[in-house]
This record gives sequence, structure tokens and C-alpha cells, in this order.
Amino acid sequence: MSASAVYILDMKGKVLICRNYRGDIDMSVIDKFMPMVMDMEDEGQMSPIVQHGDVAFIYIKYNNLYLVASSKKNANVALVFSFLHKLVQIFLEYFKELEEESIRDNFVLIYELLDEVMDFGFPQTTDSKILQEYITQDGHKLEIAPRPPMAVTNAVSWRSEGLKYRKNEVFLDVIESVNLLVSANGNVLRSEIVGAIKMRVYLSGMPELRLGLNDKVLFESTGRGKSKSVDLEDVKFHQCVRLSRFENDRTISFVPPDGEFELMSYRLNTHVKPLIWVESVIERHAHSRVEYMIKAKSQFKRRSTANNVEIVIPVPPDADSPKFKTTVGSCKYAPEMNAVLWTIKSFPGGKEYLMRAHFGLPSVENEDQEGRPPISIKFEIPYFTVSGIQVRYLKIIEKSGYQALPWVRYITQNGDYQLRTS
Amino acid sequence: MTDSKYFTTTKKGEIFELKAELNSDKKEKKKEAVKKVIASMTVGKDVSALFPDVVNCMQTDNLELKKLVYLYLMNYAKSQPDMAIMAVNTFVKDCEDSNPLIRALAVRTMGCIRVDKITEYLCEPLRKCLKDEDPYVRKTAAVCVAKLHDINAQLVEDQGFLDLLRDLLSDSNPMVVANAVAAISEIMDASPNAASALEMNSVTINKLLTALNECTEWGQVFILDSISNYTPKDDREAQSICERVTPRLAHANAAVVLSAVKVVMKLMEMLDTSGDYVTSLVKKLAPPLVTLLSAEPEIQYVALRNINLIVQKRSDILKNEMKVFFVKYNDPIYVKLEKLDIMIRLTSQSNIAQVLAELKEYATEVDVDFVRKSVRAIGRCAIKVEPAAERCVSTLLDLIQTKVNYVVQEAIVVIKDIFRKYPNKYESIIATLCENLDTLDEPEARASMIWIIGEYAERIDNADELLESFLEGFQDENTQVQLQLLTAIVKLFLKRPTDTQELVQQVLSLSTQDSDNPDLRDRGYIYWRLLSTDPAAAKEVVLAEKPLISEETDLIEPTLLDELICHISSLASVYHKPPNAFVEGRGGQRRVLPVKSQSEGTTEEPAAPAPVSQPAPQPTVIPGADSLIGDLLDIDLGPGPSMMQQQMYPAQQAAPIQPAGNTGGMDIFGEGLDNLLGGGSSGGDMLGGLGDIFGMPQSQSYIPPQEVWLPATKGKGLEITGTFARKSNQINMELTFTNKAMQPMSGFAIQFNKNSFGLMPAQVLNIRTPLPPNQSASTSLPLNTTGPVQKMEPLTLLQIAIKNNIDVFYMSTQVSLHVLFTEDGEMDKKVFLKTWKDIPAQNEVQYTINNVQHNADTVSQKLRNNNIFTIAKRNVEGQDMLYQSLKLTNGIWVLAELKIQPSNPSFVLSLKARAVDVYEAIKTVYENILHN
Repeated sequence: MSASAVYILDMKGKVLICRNYRGDIDMSVIDKFMPMVMDMEDEGQMSPIVQHGDVAFIYIKYNNLYLVASSKKNANVALVFSFLHKLVQIFLEYFKELEEESIRDNFVLIYELLDEVMDFGFPQTTDSKILQEYITQDGHKLEIAPRPPMAVTNAVSWRSEGLKYRKNEVFLDVIESVNLLVSANGNVLRSEIVGAIKMRVYLSGMPELRLGLNDKVLFESTGRGKSKSVDLEDVKFHQCVRLSRFENDRTISFVPPDGEFELMSYRLNTHVKPLIWVESVIERHAHSRVEYMIKAKSQFKRRSTANNVEIVIPVPPDADSPKFKTTVGSCKYAPEMNAVLWTIKSFPGGKEYLMRAHFGLPSVENEDQEGRPPISIKFEIPYFTVSGIQVRYLKIIEKSGYQALPWVRYITQNGDYQLRTS
Repeated sequence: MTDSKYFTTTKKGEIFELKAELNSDKKEKKKEAVKKVIASMTVGKDVSALFPDVVNCMQTDNLELKKLVYLYLMNYAKSQPDMAIMAVNTFVKDCEDSNPLIRALAVRTMGCIRVDKITEYLCEPLRKCLKDEDPYVRKTAAVCVAKLHDINAQLVEDQGFLDLLRDLLSDSNPMVVANAVAAISEIMDASPNAASALEMNSVTINKLLTALNECTEWGQVFILDSISNYTPKDDREAQSICERVTPRLAHANAAVVLSAVKVVMKLMEMLDTSGDYVTSLVKKLAPPLVTLLSAEPEIQYVALRNINLIVQKRSDILKNEMKVFFVKYNDPIYVKLEKLDIMIRLTSQSNIAQVLAELKEYATEVDVDFVRKSVRAIGRCAIKVEPAAERCVSTLLDLIQTKVNYVVQEAIVVIKDIFRKYPNKYESIIATLCENLDTLDEPEARASMIWIIGEYAERIDNADELLESFLEGFQDENTQVQLQLLTAIVKLFLKRPTDTQELVQQVLSLSTQDSDNPDLRDRGYIYWRLLSTDPAAAKEVVLAEKPLISEETDLIEPTLLDELICHISSLASVYHKPPNAFVEGRGGQRRVLPVKSQSEGTTEEPAAPAPVSQPAPQPTVIPGADSLIGDLLDIDLGPGPSMMQQQMYPAQQAAPIQPAGNTGGMDIFGEGLDNLLGGGSSGGDMLGGLGDIFGMPQSQSYIPPQEVWLPATKGKGLEITGTFARKSNQINMELTFTNKAMQPMSGFAIQFNKNSFGLMPAQVLNIRTPLPPNQSASTSLPLNTTGPVQKMEPLTLLQIAIKNNIDVFYMSTQVSLHVLFTEDGEMDKKVFLKTWKDIPAQNEVQYTINNVQHNADTVSQKLRNNNIFTIAKRNVEGQDMLYQSLKLTNGIWVLAELKIQPSNPSFVLSLKARAVDVYEAIKTVYENILHN
């Protein structure tokens, strides 16, 4: 059903560490993995799943590492991929970074973790906060042999009991990322908001939380259809949220994990104007020069301001001698990205700025055909959500009866924000 | 300080030194030494020589050290099985430790040591751990049962672990339930015996659904996957399961979402399609599927492959979501290609403008594979959405103007298809195409261009020159191009006979005399004889109207699609192949979608020949890459290809050249093949004969000779012969497919109508495709009796539908009843007597079986081989009386009395059963077996 073994390889395909979970494959089969991946890449047949004989390699790449699971059965691939990504996350939370070095430096701990997070190919506890309670970096001392935390097998497998804070606080961040795809002739092909509510919870005991949003479905069912509300197309919750309760009456109720986590994410299509709009005129004079005229426009309310706006304009890889002219912000040629970065620290709503760039082109044409990467934009607009979503309340109930303060912050930023060029 | 220091030992006497350190008195030093050993193991050095020394460190209170030693054991126990025994005591002791972490660790590790001797000692600790007070230990023990089963299935079944595992499904702790479910699924998959013991029912499913709300994300996946294997008893239960599963669609973990989608997709089959509930379900499925496309690229890939299946099954689910499949610049190539596939599936008149604009954009990208596929996609759009065809064609022309070599070639390939779909509409562009003749270097593009020239030879003034130019390098061309060139020149000749005679002579002689490719030679001869005997007929054949080409490509064959839906989110769903195509060994039972229950008295369909259940319109021809040559062959199948074949052979004499040796050989081969496979009775006999030689018990059972079920005249050239056999408890349908048409056949699928005994295929039809003309392929199709039941007249009638790339054919046959006699048909003597008396006398029927040449013992042996059991034998007045019983798969018992007089070849058979309808069929079986 699931993985036979998990391997971590370096870029050359050398095994750094591995764990055989089922004993049903010859572990050396991994030697075939890298050559096959290389071959597939050469043939343009890249795929995250590689089949060698009756062994399937299911892999992801992180930094300069390959994390590979192998299976001889009709494995649940979605499960395996989610697990591998989760594994990366656990390692990151344990070691801060994940690369060849950190694997070697922590191999004992990694063996321990691999033993705990999967058994016979079935993923087990993968919550790194809980894992950290009984698998620690400093060797266990004789006196205090650790026991499995209650949470490992509890219905509430993400929070330990007996937490204590002097000041009980909750921070809520509502972060909306805008995904935008605009065609070369200026048509908006896709405009979508992916929102996330992230929490930092510092609460004692086992608190029960209830979050109220201006959710359209809820408002309509409770007769408040006229109030301003948001129609969430698809909502995904952290596993602490009682899904059946939400399905029944749209109540978001949960016992939160301790510390930082993402409570929920949602997705909706919008028909609002793209927040930052860029028009580009590119004049290419083959063998001599290329000129860019870029116009950036902020299309949100005047009282809001976008911060740290960065417009990335792709240029040909063989361009040289950059010259820029702009009224606002600064321009920088980033040859490693084959792009010009136009940064504007503060971009108020309803404004329009202009930038001109000029590059020389070599007289000898580049053999390779070039793609036309899109212009992409990064930005952040605080105190504002595009969707208009609002946190109406966050109720916190704990049996000791303490008062806790929720703090809410809104921010809108770019997601996958691309404008194609012609 | 980091662990990397352990890797830096370079001294020569390393093993030696480690040995000393391992045996040190100082705990800290010991631990350091073990770490060094593990470090060496990690970098691939063989440290198995240290086995006894490391095992000695096992008895420690230090958990970290213990874990390392255990790890070492897991890696090396197999190479040192005798020494591994040394560890058993510590394991057993650790299973009783006061710390649950250690108990669990011990039982977990022990299960991973795949050494038989250790396994024996595992049973008792495991039994205790399954009932441990700590859920952490129980959940670990649950998985350990699956491990043990993998090593020694018999042991697990004998020791009653299956029952203990089943009990854990009622455990108060959701994690324990989840792991028990995972272990059970694993065991059921591996062993059919255990499967019946662990079968889920509505009570256990209910427990699982309760645990679903509380366990970890992974546990939810195990539970959902297990539920997806369960078939509810009626639509009400199906709906209630759906209701409890749909909240999972809002889970953040993609695996949970996809498994929930799988359950819903499967159970929806049982619900009333037009009902409100199904409509609301369909609405609920779209958003989570779309959201999966914002996940990590690998997960997007899995999601896209599954969405591809889902939209083929239910095209309505994502019909309004076209835009989310638009390709982003930084998508990995494997995501791009999959998105493109789905875009084409979702293309309709309402969104064609957008799609086309996108495709045009993609066609100017840099990635060659992606560009090619985009160009092809434009062609598919033209064929699929007629009103947009013109726009598509002009887009393609624009692309040809770019002169990018592979774009031009790809465009020409698809334009050929457009010409076929819309004849006499876009031929004005031929001139533009001809301009690019010289740049085509890929066989498929060359073949397509040649086809176009041949097809429109009358409109292209210099068609003869163009074709002649290709002919110069004939020998070096790819077969595909050679075949096409041959056909094109023959077409040209038929259209403009006056000035192309020389050309046609040339190509015919090139393909018949100078080529050693049999396909090419055969086609050459066919044309040659056709032209020399009856040019009018040649014209009719070669310039016949072509079959339509389909709108959809690469549709998955419906029964396979249904199977794949049951495997959503697994490797099978990504490969679009059934699991047994890539998983070795047993692989478990084939999964099928449940059928709609009849509980609400829905109107029964008339007993028409088995309908091929498929919501999507059935395409007439699927021009997949493999059948392309056949597609291009241009010979219509209509008037009966077998007739043509017959004509051909007499014509040999008249042929201008006598290729005696060649055709002679071919002839014999053809007949030989016929005799061997298609020719009536020989197949079955041969099998029987072989069985006799080797004394294989299963082949001693009677296998009727194969009969023609579908004559080639009715099957558009497909002839099917078949019979039934029972081999080691399994009913098989032995089929032989013979292709008597002139084009390869592929895409075979089979379906049964409802029948008296609920027979249905237990697998998809497994046959080598494509099946080339004049060849046969045999297959053995396992059947089970779990299908829908409807009494037929006669009782043994079985109606079968066969589909291939040409059409759907219906045929019917009679099942020889003996394949339905079960192995447990031997009745106890007393029960037999009592039953015989209980069945009223009017139920008794007598038959005489003439001309039997066997004595009583041979007879009872022969019958026993076919599961007719002789329970008692009596001799009354010189007559042998045999009392026999048999049981049918549907539980009907039949009792028989066979009276044999010595020296009289006529036997008297009396039958008694509560269901009298089966008598005729049983008598036939007796006759067949006794005469065999």
C-alpha cells in the first residue's frame, strides 16, 4: 500500500541515509534511480515518478537533495508525496535547514525520526512539535527516560496537556495572496485569491476556540444575507478543526496546537481589477539594442499603500550595458536572473509610475531559442484584504476561565503574479 | 557539536578498534562506538563482523543507545541469522518494560527482523502488546501483525492474530483503529484466505467512520482507502457513507482529499444519477480538485492524472473550470503536459476561443515536447469543435509560417486529420503545405504529407513529381512512410492512370521485390493483383470512403476506466494502468465499481444484449498512435474482408510475377495458424492431451472444444472462438480472437449481460494488442459469479458483448454447466439419504445415456475430476449403482443416481434436485463427460 523504503540522496545520487521499512526490496536498487532520472531529463520526459522493473521511485527534490520513496505495490502516491514533503518540514523544524551537511551532522537523530514517523511504510506521527517532546537532540539521560506523550495517540494528537502561559494571547494573521495570469494582450486569464489564516497561539491548558468569519454561506443560512460577506469557494483546514461541524453549520471550532500554525486556507476567484497593473512596451532591434518602457499602476484604494513592490522584468540573457531611467524607486540589472528588478519601497493606491530601460545586444545572434518569461511582481499591502474577509470574533474558552486577547492583522500580497510579454 | 565526527575514522584497524571500544566498560565510550558503527553502516561499509559485540550492548537503559543497536540488528540480522537469536531474550524482556516507548520499540523492531527463528518468539510478546494498556504500544503492535503476516501468513492465521486485529477496530483510540485498518487492508490484499476473515461489514464501516473524525491525517487516508474497498448493501447506505466522508474534502492534506474523492466517485455509482444528492455531490467535488492545483508540483501531477480519469468518467464535474488548467510559465514540464491534456478534454464550443488563444501562445514556447503537444491540441480542437475548425486551421497556417521545423511537421500531421474529418473544405491550403515538403524529416510528418498528396492527387498538378521525389530514397524511408507512399501512388494511378503507369510499376516492384518487410510486401502484392485483375474493384477498394475519425483521443477503455476510478490517488491512477500491469504477484482482486442497487424497484432494463455502460459518447475509431498505420491503410472493412482474401489467392496465378516461394510459405503459415488456434475443435483437445501427458490434476477436468461464437462475417473480420474451463477452483473462459480483417485490431473489452448464474469477468480482458491482420491471440479470462443474476432461457445462455476499435459486437453461447460445479459438492452420506427422501418424487427425472465405453470406476473418476462426487456405490443384482452429488456456485444441490449394467453401453441417470430447471444442462454435462 505504501513505501518500502525511504532514501535521502545527494545530487549525484549517492545515498546519504536510508531506511528500509518493509524488507521487500533490494536496497541497492536505488543505484538505478539517478541514471534513470538523468535519462528521462535528457529525453524531456521528466516525471516525479520513475518505474524500474517492479519498483516505483516516488521522489521530490529539496535544495540539493533527493528524497526518494520506493514501492513494490500499488502505493497511494498522493500519500507518499505528502509524506515526503512532511518529512522535509520535520527536518526543517528540527535542524533549521536541510542539506547534505545537516543530514551528516544529525544522522543519529534522523534514524530515530525515520523510525518514528513511518512504520512498515505507513506514516505515523509527523507533528514535529509532538515529536520534539520525546525525540530530542541531546541524548537521553538515564534518570528521565522519556515516555510517549499523550498527544501521540490522543484524539487531540497535536497539543500536549499542561501548557502554561502567564499572559494568554492569540495572534491571527489573515494573509491573502493574489494569483494572477495576464495574457500578452492584456486579458486577465486567471485571477484568484488564495487566503490563509495563520495563528500564533500562546494559551494555557486545553482551550476551545471558535472563529467567526463573514462567510457568505453562514450569513445566508442565518438570515444575514444582506451584510457584507465573502463567498469562499474551497476551504481547507488544519487537522485540529472539526470538519463535520463545519460541514453541518459552518462553525470553525478547534483545540489549537501550541505556537505557530496555519489554521485554514481558502480559495476564491475574483473579478476585481488586478491590484498592480503593468504595461510594457518592448522594442527589439536585433543585433543592436532592446528598449523597455514599463508603466506600473496601482489599482487599489488611495488610503492603502503597497510596500516593497518589486517588478521583475525579464531581459535576453545576452543583453549588456544596462541603462535605466525612472522617477520612482530604483532599478537593478540582475544578470543571474536575466532580469531587471525595479523596486519601489512605497506605492500608494491610484498612482502610476514609469520606468525606461535600455540594453545593448550582441551583433551575433544567440543560437538557442529563448522563451518569453513573464513579468512578475512582488508586493505587500498591509491592513487590507482583497476578498473583504473579516474576523468577526474569536471565542476562547478554557475550563480555568482565563481571559485571553486575540490580535488580528490583515495583509494582502502577491502570489503567483504573472503578466505575459509579447 | 555534530555527529559528523563519527564519519571521520580512517585508521586501518578500524573494525578491530571498534570491537575494543564496544566492549569497553565505560557507557559513554560504548555509545560513541555504536555511533561509529552506525556511521560506517550509513556510508555503506560492511560492519557485520561486529555483530556479537553490538548485540552485547543491547541490554542498556539508555534509550538512544538501544535504538541504535536495534537499528543495527534490523540491518544485519538477515546476514547473521544464528547470532540474531542472541537478541531474542532482550526483545522479549523489552516487550515487558515499564516504559511504553521501549515496549513499542521492541515489538516494532522485532517485526522488522525477517528471520524465521525470531518470528517464532515474536508471537507471545505480540499477543500481549496487542492488548497493552498503552495505545502507543497497541498501535505499534497492530502494524506488527501485518509485518508478521508478510513473513509467515500461515502463522498469523493459525495463531488467531486476525481476530485480535479485528478487535482493534473497536479500540477506543483512533490511532489504534487507523493502524489496525492499515494492517487489515495490507493483509487482505496479500491473502485471499485472510480476506474472507477480515471482510468489512456495515458495523465495522460505521466504526471506521467514527474514528475518521479523530485520527491523524494519515490514519484518515488508511480509513478512507479501506472504505473505498467496501461495497454498501444499498443506495441508502452508500449515501450515508458519502455524507460522512464529504467533510474530508476540506482537509489540508492532499492525500486525504484524494482518498475522499475516491470514495465519493465510487459510491456515486450506486446513487440515482438524476437525484439532487448526486448533483450536490458533483458540485462539492470540483473546488477541492481545483485547490489541489495550488499544491506542490508533484502533488499537482498526481491530481492532474486523476482529474484526467475523473473528467472521462464524469465530464460535468469540471466543465466550468477550464481556466485553472491554463499553463503557467514556471510549471514543471510534466505538469504542463498534463494540463494540456485536460484542457483538450474540457474544450467545448463555449470556451474554444480562450483555449485556442492559449494554445497559440504555448505553440511559441521553447520546450519542444510541450510545443508539439500544443500544436496537436489545436488540431484536436478543430476536430472536436466544428464551428471552430476554420479558426484552428488558420492558426495552424500561421504556425507553419513560423518555419520552425518541428512546429511545421506537427502541424502537417494534425492537418491530415482535419482533412479527414472535414473532407472538401480546407483543401485550398494544400499549396502552402507543399511548400514545406523539403523540410519534413520525421516519418510521421512525411507519411502525413504523402497521404495528403495521394488523397488529393487530382487537385495537385505536380502530384506525380512530388511523389516521385519521395520515391528516390524509398529504401531508406521508415516503414510508415513506405506504406503510405505505396498507397498514395496507387491512388494517384487510379485517379490519373495515363501518365503514372511507370511510377506505379516502380513502387510496386520496390515494395514487393526489393523489400524484406512483410507488411510492405503484402500490401504491394494486394495492390498489384487488384490492379491486374480488376482495376474497377481496385478503385472501389483503394478509393473507398474512409471511416470517421473520433473527436476524443486517448480515451481509456471503459472497464479499465472504472477499475482505475477505484484506484484514485494510487500509482495505477497515475500510470493509467491496472495494478497487475506493474505490481508483481497476487496483487489482490481486481476492483470494480459497484452497480446501482435495485432496492427502490427501479425499472429493470430489458434483457437486451449487454449494454456497454459508458456515459461518454462512444467514438467510432480511436486513432491512437499504435493504430495509425491501420488508420491510414484506407481500406474499408465494410464488404467483408474474408471474401477479398479468398479472391486474392486464386489470383496468384494471374499475377505478373510469381513469387512462389514466398506466398507458398505464407499460405502454409496461414492455414497452420488457423488449425492451431481458430480452427474449431483442435484447441481444447490439445490442451486436454497435454494435461494427460503431464498428469496435471486440473487439466483432467473436461474442457469442451472451442466453438465459434462470433463468425468473422458478423464481427467485421473478428472471429471469436471460445469455451469454458474450470481450473483449480477458478472458472475460466478460454477465448481465441482471430483477426480476419485487414487492419490491426485493438482496444478489446468484454462485458456480459445478466445471466442465470451471475457470471462476470473477474478481470479486464487481457489480450495482446494490436492484433495484426491474419493473426490469432488466445486468452484465458477468469470469471466470478458475483455479477447480477437474471434467469435466462435456456438456463445456460450467456450473452456477451465484445468491443474493439471497430465496433461493438454481440454474441451468445451456452455455458457448459460443469464449470459451475464447486469443489465442496461432496455431500455427507446421511445428508444425501435424507435429502434424497425429502425431495418429492415428482422432482425425479430419468435419462438414458447411450454408448458409454467406460466401467463404473473410470466413470466415477472422470466425474470426480469435474466435481461430481460419488458418495456411495452399490451393486444390486449385477448392476452398479453410483450415488452422486454436486453443488452449483449458487448453492443449488443436485443428487444423482447412475445405473450401470455390465456389457450394456446405455447408462440410466436419475436426477433429483429442488430446482428442476437445471436438469437438462446437467444431463448434457454427464453426456459430454462420459463420451469424452
